[in-house]
Amino acid sequence: MTHATMAHGVQRDASPYLEDVVKKFALAATFWGVVGFIVGDYIAFQLAYPVLNLDLEWFSFGRLRPLHTSAVIFAFGGNVLLGTSFYVVQRTCRASLFGGPALANFVFWGYQLFIVMAGLGYVLGVTQGREYAEPEWFVDLWITVVWVAYLVAFAGTLIKRKEPHIYVANWFYLAFIVTIAMLHLGNNLAVPVSLTGIKSYSLFSGVQDALTQWWYGHNAVGFFLTAGFLAIMYYFVPKRAERPVYSYRLSIVHFWALIFLYIWAGPHHLHYTALPDWAQTLGMTFSIMLWMPSWGGMINGLMTLSGAWDKLRTDPVMRFLVTSVAFYGMSTFEGPMMSIKAVNSLSHYTDWTVGHVHSGALGWVAFVSFGALYFLVPVLWKRKQLYSMRLVSLHFWIATIGILLYITAMWISGIMQGLMWRAYDSLGFLQYSFIETVEAMHPYYVIRAVGGLLFVIGGLIMAYNFWRTIRGDVRTEVPYEAPHAAVAGAR
Amino acid sequence: MATTEKDAVTGRYTTGHEWDGIKELNTPLPRWWVYVFYATIVWSIGYWVVYPAWPSLTGYTKGLWNWSARGDLVTEMATVQAGKQVWNARFDGASLSDIVKDRELLTYAIAGGRTVFAENCAPCHGSGGAGAFGYPTLADDEWIWGGTLDDIHQTIAYGVRNANEESRQGEMPRFGTDQILDAQQIGAVADYVVSLSKGASDAAAAKAGETLFAENCSSCHGERGEGMAALGAPALDNAIWLYKGGKDAIAAQIANPRHGSMPAWSERLDATTIKQLAVYVHSLGGGK
Repeated sequence: MTHATMAHGVQRDASPYLEDVVKKFALAATFWGVVGFIVGDYIAFQLAYPVLNLDLEWFSFGRLRPLHTSAVIFAFGGNVLLGTSFYVVQRTCRASLFGGPALANFVFWGYQLFIVMAGLGYVLGVTQGREYAEPEWFVDLWITVVWVAYLVAFAGTLIKRKEPHIYVANWFYLAFIVTIAMLHLGNNLAVPVSLTGIKSYSLFSGVQDALTQWWYGHNAVGFFLTAGFLAIMYYFVPKRAERPVYSYRLSIVHFWALIFLYIWAGPHHLHYTALPDWAQTLGMTFSIMLWMPSWGGMINGLMTLSGAWDKLRTDPVMRFLVTSVAFYGMSTFEGPMMSIKAVNSLSHYTDWTVGHVHSGALGWVAFVSFGALYFLVPVLWKRKQLYSMRLVSLHFWIATIGILLYITAMWISGIMQGLMWRAYDSLGFLQYSFIETVEAMHPYYVIRAVGGLLFVIGGLIMAYNFWRTIRGDVRTEVPYEAPHAAVAGAR
Repeated sequence: MATTEKDAVTGRYTTGHEWDGIKELNTPLPRWWVYVFYATIVWSIGYWVVYPAWPSLTGYTKGLWNWSARGDLVTEMATVQAGKQVWNARFDGASLSDIVKDRELLTYAIAGGRTVFAENCAPCHGSGGAGAFGYPTLADDEWIWGGTLDDIHQTIAYGVRNANEESRQGEMPRFGTDQILDAQQIGAVADYVVSLSKGASDAAAAKAGETLFAENCSSCHGERGEGMAALGAPALDNAIWLYKGGKDAIAAQIANPRHGSMPAWSERLDATTIKQLAVYVHSLGGGK
């Protein structure tokens, strides 16, 4: 670091930055991440070998699947988002967290309580049956309270900032917090059967209900998994690369374009359904227009590396961050492409969708999270370095191979499935029955589950690395060569 | 106010902002990015002009091409129906025996029957009619309700033990539950039934069961247990069992019989399809 950056690193506010709560979020993210990956891989094996349902309702795919999605999105991803946002907002505002430790801890423990209530509900069969919004009304009310507390802590810190401008990462965090609140409230409008009962019914019905659900579902991807994690990218990539952000103007333009366009794209989940044609048209065209605004983040992420590309060789943490941006670029191209009705008529309801989601979830969301966590853990626990950089590298390769196995298996399986569904014989009869397509997919389900297993192993390696780092251990290993003095900050 | 500075690597100036050591370059928007973004917008506007797109209070813009998904479906289905019409006409005029004699019709019927079977019948009867517990195998020559083309056609069209008036009915009495026979007698009959296909495990008991069988069972299942298709009474003299063989399982069936049911497919599928299905099932291996 240069003297200039050192000077800025020193806080000028009287009260110190709140880091204890960030530590808790980092630990929770690691824990829930490993749990979510394991459950995900278990259900991947269930699809290949249904006997693993064990004939027990609590272990059935139908109940474990939302447990997996919520564990990885809300428990792992959510803890990463909340933790990094508290870290980033304090440092880029040069202000300690608004509300102090009491509010921060309420947000942390309140959020963990939400996770446990939601997860227990899924296993016990308590669900609204709305994808990514399964928790019942009382859990929804609780998370609303926690979320408002989160918004107060975050926005309060922005308001009392010592910097004249708000850093781009904070725009994305704020967009994520506010929009998720709006989506959550809109999609979960429901009437409980009784105030003492757990069951509720949606305020909407029929196609209105489906559209509300996918307005929520798609924007959960857009504002939770995209905007939120772009915020992480905007802080940790330039920080780790020690380079200035590539383009301020691009960050402004792509931010507003992304925010404005994303909210319209939900109907592409309902192509060729009872949803009116005009709504399908809007969903599709706005998805297409979303392509470049999404890529704006990729350009800013990758081009920030100008002058620091050699760090890919010498810094495995940088590898995670850069690869995540590459996966982000790939899935934000694939997404608009799949929203085109002609493509969607082949891809919809197939494993291609599952593969697409996971190239984004594993490649982008998880990798950028791993990068941020590897950056944060030694900083938060005041260690000079991670326990082992070689283990970070091992994690990187094993997880990358896992992802590649996963998404290529799902591409093949999904496209094959789609083609088999629409295949006709020479006399004009359907060529395959549904069960024949299921049989054909079996080998790819096995490959996918093996890829997932590699990803789980990577997660365990990371958890081990963190544990040793926090203990203060340093592994005896061949160090990576020091990166060339960053031309970046040097003046 | 912070001052801008020149970045040595890119030659760009910074904006002068700085947060926790992070600065920003004042790089203009990449040209290609802007142009591709504009292109997607232009393309979208074009799409809105020709396809249904924007809602209003009273309706929505229909688009210049006047396209609708439902319209497409109607057209496509009409094309398919028109293509099928030629075949349907030939099937309408043909009896089942005509169909199996006409090579073209037979090929078409088996192809069509296979598809319909895979989606509608295989869930119970198994792929290729392999059968399952409680669901008869269709790929052998054992037929509960008869294995001729007409028998099979009748069973498919009207089903077994359902609400359709033409449905095949016929139930076995509950010999145990209704106290027609006592437990010992039922055991003896079961021993006898086992002996019909496998040879007696308990010769004396089977002997005792023979009389009981003649008095209670033979009127439907036949004197030697050869079965009677008209009543849906399965043959008992082969080792093919709908609800498992062996003395215990047979005794359970005599005491309080299970009775399966099959839908009347004429309520769901058209006449041509049912003909094709009958020909396909007949071709599976054991048609008589």
